[in-house]
Amino acid sequence: MKILVKLFANFRQGRFKVQEFELSVTTTCAEVAAMLKIAEAELGVVLVNGRHAQLAQPLREGDTISLFPLVGGG
Amino acid sequence: MDKIFRVNMTDLTSSVEEVPANWAGLGGRALTSTIVAEEVVPTCHPLGPNNKLVFAPGLLSGTPAANSGRMSCGAKSPLTGTIKESNAGGTSAQQFAKMGIKALIIEGQPKNDKFYSLHLTVDGVKIAEESELIGKGNFAVIEALEAKHDKKIGVITIGQAGEAKMAAANISVKDPDSKIRSHGRGGMGAVMGSKKIKYITIDSTGAGAITIADPEKFKVAARTFAKALLDHPVAGEGLPTYGTNVLVNILNEAGGLPTRNFTYGQFKAHDNISGETMHDTIVERGGKTKHGCHAGCIIQCSQVYNDKDGKYVTSGFEYETIWGLGANCCIETLDDIAEADNIMDDIGVDSIETAVMFGVAMEAGILPFGDGKGVIRLLKEEIGKVTPLGRILGGGAGSVGKTYGVTRVPVVKNQGIPAYDPRSVKGIGITYATSTMGADHTAGYTIATNILNVGGFVDPLQKEGQVELSRNLQIATAAVDSTGMCIFIAFPALDIPECLPALIDMINARFGIELTGDDVTDLGKNILKTERGFNLAAGFTNKDDRLPEFFNVDPVPPHNVVWDFTDEEIDEFWNF
Repeated sequence: MKILVKLFANFRQGRFKVQEFELSVTTTCAEVAAMLKIAEAELGVVLVNGRHAQLAQPLREGDTISLFPLVGGG
Repeated sequence: MDKIFRVNMTDLTSSVEEVPANWAGLGGRALTSTIVAEEVVPTCHPLGPNNKLVFAPGLLSGTPAANSGRMSCGAKSPLTGTIKESNAGGTSAQQFAKMGIKALIIEGQPKNDKFYSLHLTVDGVKIAEESELIGKGNFAVIEALEAKHDKKIGVITIGQAGEAKMAAANISVKDPDSKIRSHGRGGMGAVMGSKKIKYITIDSTGAGAITIADPEKFKVAARTFAKALLDHPVAGEGLPTYGTNVLVNILNEAGGLPTRNFTYGQFKAHDNISGETMHDTIVERGGKTKHGCHAGCIIQCSQVYNDKDGKYVTSGFEYETIWGLGANCCIETLDDIAEADNIMDDIGVDSIETAVMFGVAMEAGILPFGDGKGVIRLLKEEIGKVTPLGRILGGGAGSVGKTYGVTRVPVVKNQGIPAYDPRSVKGIGITYATSTMGADHTAGYTIATNILNVGGFVDPLQKEGQVELSRNLQIATAAVDSTGMCIFIAFPALDIPECLPALIDMINARFGIELTGDDVTDLGKNILKTERGFNLAAGFTNKDDRLPEFFNVDPVPPHNVVWDFTDEEIDEFWNF
């Protein structure tokens, strides 16, 4: 299935901003992070189609997953 | 011993008074709100002689505690008609604290039309007539006063907007680089203008170090506190690298970035104005990605933004301003927004109120959406020159909405709603509705828990848990605003267990007292109730704790959600 992956802040360093991947149908958010060598401890926020997601959430064809380190402002 | 400096602008006299016993344990917002509630008639006209303008440093300001250099400014607000506290960095809080000035209270109003200045020393206040700097912008005022005195002089000043008593006018405070930090929200600059004070200079010659009751305990607590700040990924890494503007992309992804005057929740040009792009631009042009608003800040969320030729344009370039002129006004270039930010600092208008106002002005057809050069022109030529149109614009979002018959006017209690859409980030909507200050994100920053996974997680798209979240954060924030601490210490405080006890230990060591966590929570509750009491006496009711109608009926994409809290659900907030 096709999954769009978006990275933000320092996750982009040595990686990419946006990239499409062809992944197997059972892929979870955690597996996407692992594939990109992003440690779970570094993950701040995971959004799937603009909604907060758990790491164990399986992805579906056409999903957009956005990965952020812990960031803040205001 | 700490003193109260009191200035009467009606008869141009000043006095130095003992601190009343019931004010002794208060600082920052707790003190300004207590003084305003005790001494200001709630129904008074905010620009008349019966309003009072109060400045107070926080309980820990002037000590070696990290991030403790914030000053509170309070009065009845001409923008909202409510009580107001607005805090800022800069050099003045630490000067006040070291000089033993617990608070400066400015009351009355000159009977003539002249402007004045105040000069503060350890001995008291000197009032002088001022003519030379009238009509000048804030940068020119700071430059002239540094030339007259020296680099160390503290300056609190208003621009042309404050002189003209515009409701969006702010008060500028000199920062350690002779640039500007602002008491931004609620039109405090108009109150200072109504007192006919163009600027206040602070000469701290002769001020000693702050006396700390238990220096050893203080040192240990201060070390634990600083470590918590540096260990937390937001305060220790994210903020110093990308600034507050890192939020553009995350709010955009979550569908909560108000766009085109709160019509959409995502902005197609988000990447152009994002924190990531800003960081790369600053590095490329030889600016600074890290910068503190006051000495002793170890978070360093500010920055110095240069133009293409490497020349200084602005600092303290915040998410709110960039969102407001960017997504909300559809301006796609950071350079235009940076130039506008500099002009807003110079003429002295709140960059949140003004950015929200421009969204309404664009909807009204005064200028097209996306017209960055138009914004710059209106700031300089209309607001800065105090023309009739400039006065309408300088009156804020509500003023423009009313004048032009716009129905989508994002304000609560007439104060512009900041950078998070309450339909898709519901907790912050409760804060906007119930804050004693009018729409104010900092009053109870639910974004931490709704969006950023700090302090747990409450789903931003569901109603469950939002009232309780906002209430707990508003209580905690009122207490933090009284310490002189920067609100960003809340990120580590919500996640690292040692952080808050260390903060309380520092207060206890400073004053030789034994406050508990419950005492601090009670302080927060008392502040909110004092402020609410003032607002009720001024004529506000629970019916004012509501969001504008369009949020109930216009769904915001991409989640296509509306604001769906009932009146009863909102009113539960005050049940404590």
